Amino acid sequence: MGLFDRLKRGLTKTRSNFVGRIEQVFKGKKIDDNTIDEFEEILITSDIGIEATMQIIDDLRAGVSSGKIKDYEGVKGFLKEEMLKILGLPQPFVLYQERPFVVLAVGVNGVGKTTTIGKLASRLINEGHSVIMAAADTFRAAAIEQLDIWAERSGAQIVKHQSGSDPAAVAYDAVEAAKARGIDCVIVDTAGRLHTKYSLMEELKKIKRVLNKAMPGAPHETLLVVDATTGQNALRQAKMFNDSIGITGIALTKLDGTAKGGIVLAIKKELNIPVRLIGVGEGIEDLRDFIPEEFVEALIGNESD
Amino acid sequence: MFDSLSERLEGVFKKLKGRGYLKEEDVDVALREIRLALLEADVNFKVVKDFVNRVKEKAIGRDVLKSLTPGQQVVKIVHEELIELLGSQNEKIRLSPNPPTVVMMIGLHGSGKTTTSAKLARMFKKQGRRPLLVAADLQRPAAIEQLITLGKQIDVPVYAQKDEKDPVKVATEAVSEARRGAGDIVIIDTAGRLHIDEELMTELRRVKEAVKPHEVLFVADAMTGQDAVNIAKSFNEEIGIDGVILTKMDGDARGGAALSIRHVTGRPIKFMGVGEKIDMLEPFHPDRVASRILGMGDVLSFIEKAQEAVDLKEAEALQEKLLKESFTLDDLKEQLKKIRSMGPIENLLSMIPGMGKQLKNVRIDEKEFVRVEAIINSMTPQERRHPKIINGSRKKRIARGSGTSVSDVNRLLKQYKEMKRMMKMFKGKKGKFKLPRFMPF
Repeated sequence: MGLFDRLKRGLTKTRSNFVGRIEQVFKGKKIDDNTIDEFEEILITSDIGIEATMQIIDDLRAGVSSGKIKDYEGVKGFLKEEMLKILGLPQPFVLYQERPFVVLAVGVNGVGKTTTIGKLASRLINEGHSVIMAAADTFRAAAIEQLDIWAERSGAQIVKHQSGSDPAAVAYDAVEAAKARGIDCVIVDTAGRLHTKYSLMEELKKIKRVLNKAMPGAPHETLLVVDATTGQNALRQAKMFNDSIGITGIALTKLDGTAKGGIVLAIKKELNIPVRLIGVGEGIEDLRDFIPEEFVEALIGNESD
Repeated sequence: MFDSLSERLEGVFKKLKGRGYLKEEDVDVALREIRLALLEADVNFKVVKDFVNRVKEKAIGRDVLKSLTPGQQVVKIVHEELIELLGSQNEKIRLSPNPPTVVMMIGLHGSGKTTTSAKLARMFKKQGRRPLLVAADLQRPAAIEQLITLGKQIDVPVYAQKDEKDPVKVATEAVSEARRGAGDIVIIDTAGRLHIDEELMTELRRVKEAVKPHEVLFVADAMTGQDAVNIAKSFNEEIGIDGVILTKMDGDARGGAALSIRHVTGRPIKFMGVGEKIDMLEPFHPDRVASRILGMGDVLSFIEKAQEAVDLKEAEALQEKLLKESFTLDDLKEQLKKIRSMGPIENLLSMIPGMGKQLKNVRIDEKEFVRVEAIINSMTPQERRHPKIINGSRKKRIARGSGTSVSDVNRLLKQYKEMKRMMKMFKGKKGKFKLPRFMPF
């Protein structure tokens, strides 16, 4: 099964829903104020956000009145173009030349950080890299055990301390261990935290400082894991995490449900943070690179597909 | 929590209030703003549509335009409608007359089922019941260990079978175990699943058929977006839910999902999770949350918290001390402890009306409390009673002992002096004595 097929399979529900509704709205109808209003609602229910919706609608109106957009196909093409304009070029997850390449994974509670790390580790190992996981979620009950199981499944090494110990110390030790053992990549799992908790965000800053101490330039990738089910709050999350520690990429999880994950458009538009990875299933292989063209294509699709 | 929505509506009504009279198009502008605000708050668009229509109808019916205070009229209508939509009163978990009561927790992965299960168990235990937690999440790695660890923390037994693959079996056996006396409330933690995962939904149905729960609680993340409607609908139609617990309400999500879920399922929201700690579960009060949406603050919750933390007799004794000006650093330490026992300061302050806006850029460092406590702990009893004797070398010693600096010690002493000065002022106005607020920041 090709990559594109797998992505589309993951997005099938999303896609059929979205395309179906757009067709319903526009097929055989003249494009007027009413249809545009309905189009606005469809965009809103995708969690794209009011601002992005407004922008697209304004441009759509302009296109209609100038005669550029005439029919359903025109609307689809227009929508694709607008989304691609916002999402930009693909910026997938890549291990650059630094060794060890240090990845810090952060996010609010329950978005799927540990699972994403597990999948990422197994992907890197399949590509021939060596990986150490740092069990720096020392807060949640059994978080260390959970990561341990993922380490076993993926064949990664793991550095862990006692539950309740200093997460920054775990991160530091992992980088030191990676340097000593010549490991390619360190992935640091952190405790889920709400971006509104000041002291927990300070803790993250400390982890980042300590990583940088263990290895100047680290972390090389700071991934914010975002649940596709989340609404507009994901933008707040991205803003606050970005303000605190600087986010370099998004991993969008749970895209195999009916949620559309449209919020990534708002995040890209407002903060210019690219989506690097998407989770489209529970299997270990269901973590894919985010490729805007495919994402939009799979979302809007062609009837012949 | 709903601060941003409050601000929006405040903005709308400020515009209306400023005018003194109201034109029909003004109402439309207000309704449009309400619509946008609710959409931004992640309320599902269909729910928003219904809501705005209802508000409009009521607004017209009540002759808002002829009223002297149209802005307030609209606020009132919106408020009433929000309460109506959220459910008009707080509903508890129904206990079975023939124990054990069986409670089943369901929801998407990451919504907080396991933590919430433990929070519920702790609540029941506090009420003098004997909860039994059941680890029926056999999907997520280490989910069983997580529940066992939480069970230990709250001293509640956890029923688990490490190598069993069938949650139906685990749940059934746990319930028979409870019948034999292991507990009077069985709380079954199930695996998180997508609502479109047919296989896992079937499994959930089988668990339900096997244990016949008295309550099926749907655990939902307050940050959920537009999809909340689809998710809640699926779980309700496929499994059937009796109540909802909304988690992660301590963030700044506007919580529109609460409105959506309630609207689409018609089931009451019974509790909300307001923090990671195991005691941070609160009853859901629709009226309070509606007030919060409208920026009226949540005074009732605040007062309840204060009453829990402060014993009336102690308060009287304190007042006595204040009047006699014998308020020492020891008393200050006690006060701070009380304040902290009420929960995270940020949560507390957000309940005070009008604080939402002001607090936006205020950071309260909980560590400041720890620091103050450490400083006081490093003083001798003599010093605590008579801070005047604290000279330079004593300050150095205290700073060393508490791991702070002399300037930290100085700051605390200055604040303490300031408080004493204020108390003198209060004492001056006899008969109107009120406790000043002790907040060292």
